[in-house]
Amino acid sequence: MKTLPLACAVALALLITACTGSDADWSGSNIEGVMSDLEFELTSDTGEAVTEETYRGKASLVFFGFMNCPDICPGTLQRLSTAIEALPTDRQNDVQVLFVSVDPARDTPEKLKEYTEFFGPQFTGLTGTESQLSDLVKRMRATYGYGEPDDNGNYAVSHSSAIYGFDSQGNAQVLMKSDQPASDISHDIERLLQRS
Amino acid sequence: MSAIASSQHTSQAPTVAGALPRPAGGVLLDYLSLLLPYEFSWLAIVFFGTASVLYANGQRVLAQSGEPVARWRSALFWLGLALAYSVMHTRFDYYAQFMFFIHRIQHLALHHVAAILLMGANPWRALAAGFPEGGAKRWIARVLQSPLVQWPYRFIQFPPIAVMVFAGLIFFWLTPSIHFNAMLSQPLYLLMNWSMFIDGLLFWWLILDPRSPARVGTLGFGKRILVIWAATVPQLALGAYIVGAPQSLYDIYEVCGRAWPIAPHDDQVLGGLFTWIPPAMMGVLVMVVVLRRLLHQSDNDGAQPA
Repeated sequence: MKTLPLACAVALALLITACTGSDADWSGSNIEGVMSDLEFELTSDTGEAVTEETYRGKASLVFFGFMNCPDICPGTLQRLSTAIEALPTDRQNDVQVLFVSVDPARDTPEKLKEYTEFFGPQFTGLTGTESQLSDLVKRMRATYGYGEPDDNGNYAVSHSSAIYGFDSQGNAQVLMKSDQPASDISHDIERLLQRS
Repeated sequence: MSAIASSQHTSQAPTVAGALPRPAGGVLLDYLSLLLPYEFSWLAIVFFGTASVLYANGQRVLAQSGEPVARWRSALFWLGLALAYSVMHTRFDYYAQFMFFIHRIQHLALHHVAAILLMGANPWRALAAGFPEGGAKRWIARVLQSPLVQWPYRFIQFPPIAVMVFAGLIFFWLTPSIHFNAMLSQPLYLLMNWSMFIDGLLFWWLILDPRSPARVGTLGFGKRILVIWAATVPQLALGAYIVGAPQSLYDIYEVCGRAWPIAPHDDQVLGGLFTWIPPAMMGVLVMVVVLRRLLHQSDNDGAQPA
């Protein structure tokens, strides 16, 4: 009888430690072992069918959005670009940004290519069918949704605002918020590169 | 500022739109697809499947033996079971994952409403009768009576512990950093929902156990009322705190994206209200039921010859 409360307390303590993890290394949140690893079937901005295998070997930062996004998406991509430029020159190409458009009706691969190239050579645009995108966001425990179109056919898209960091093997490592300063993102990319 | 709020600039009236593909084939299929689980779980199938089969069979067996289950009891049971299943294993679960206030409704259903209905139904006689006779049944009965089950059961049903676990679980899963991870990891998410449901069943059984405290030694009715009160007050305080909190407590919903555009603060206030008011009302309702039993017990005692 006496061992039971003790066992419960130990289990609870373990659970709390497992839950909160050690965030000391990251500016963002540690999601190692919490979140699923990177896995998808999508279309790249060159129009090719791609999977996570295509992007193995480099640390990846995955961000969901859409090209008509007024501020969050371009703002976040710009901050990511600044963060990557702050890295030592020889390490800048060890990281890649996968910008996944959840608005395939408007964001064609060609347009995505033009859009992502603007932010830097590390940026790749990806999109897919609705079911491919749903599979991926579900795996990332995120979602997106569309608003009603207005008279001009414009509609809102709600999407995840997180930047998901994976090591070069596609293991989930860190979750950054889109409003984190570029210096924090840079710090986390460096950690990510150290772990890759 | 959230992605959702910012997105609203591009459209005047954003409305609900889930991320799931809509099957071609019209409105009926659309509605039917709402019944499908967002994330399939064997645990849900096994638990709800077994409970349904045992209870339905038990109802049949007891009716044949001339001791049928009271209609209101079986109604409570099926209502509770259907409610718990719907919030866990249908499209509802999708909205619960991507909207804080719907997540709170889900836990209200699991920890309070469904658990109260199921335990109010006192389903054990029917469930036992529904189990096929034989070695397996005797083995399970032996296991349930063994100290390995009885000690932990008595420990967790010891009133101060039961109150601590009941209120503690709510605080635990609503701790922002823990909530953050629970919404990101499917195993933790399942652990959160099932721990709330199972604890709800245990707690409300302690409260609603119809066996007489005088004869069988179940918890006295007065103590039961005290236990409900002690378990309800902390949750009330937490709900009020969430409603009044000026800062965003659960930014995971911004991080993962909400199911439809809603101001994050409105979501939090609504979620706080669902943590605060309905559980308190459920608590009071059950108190009234227990109070009624307490009064009946006094009547009975009074009627007994000295």
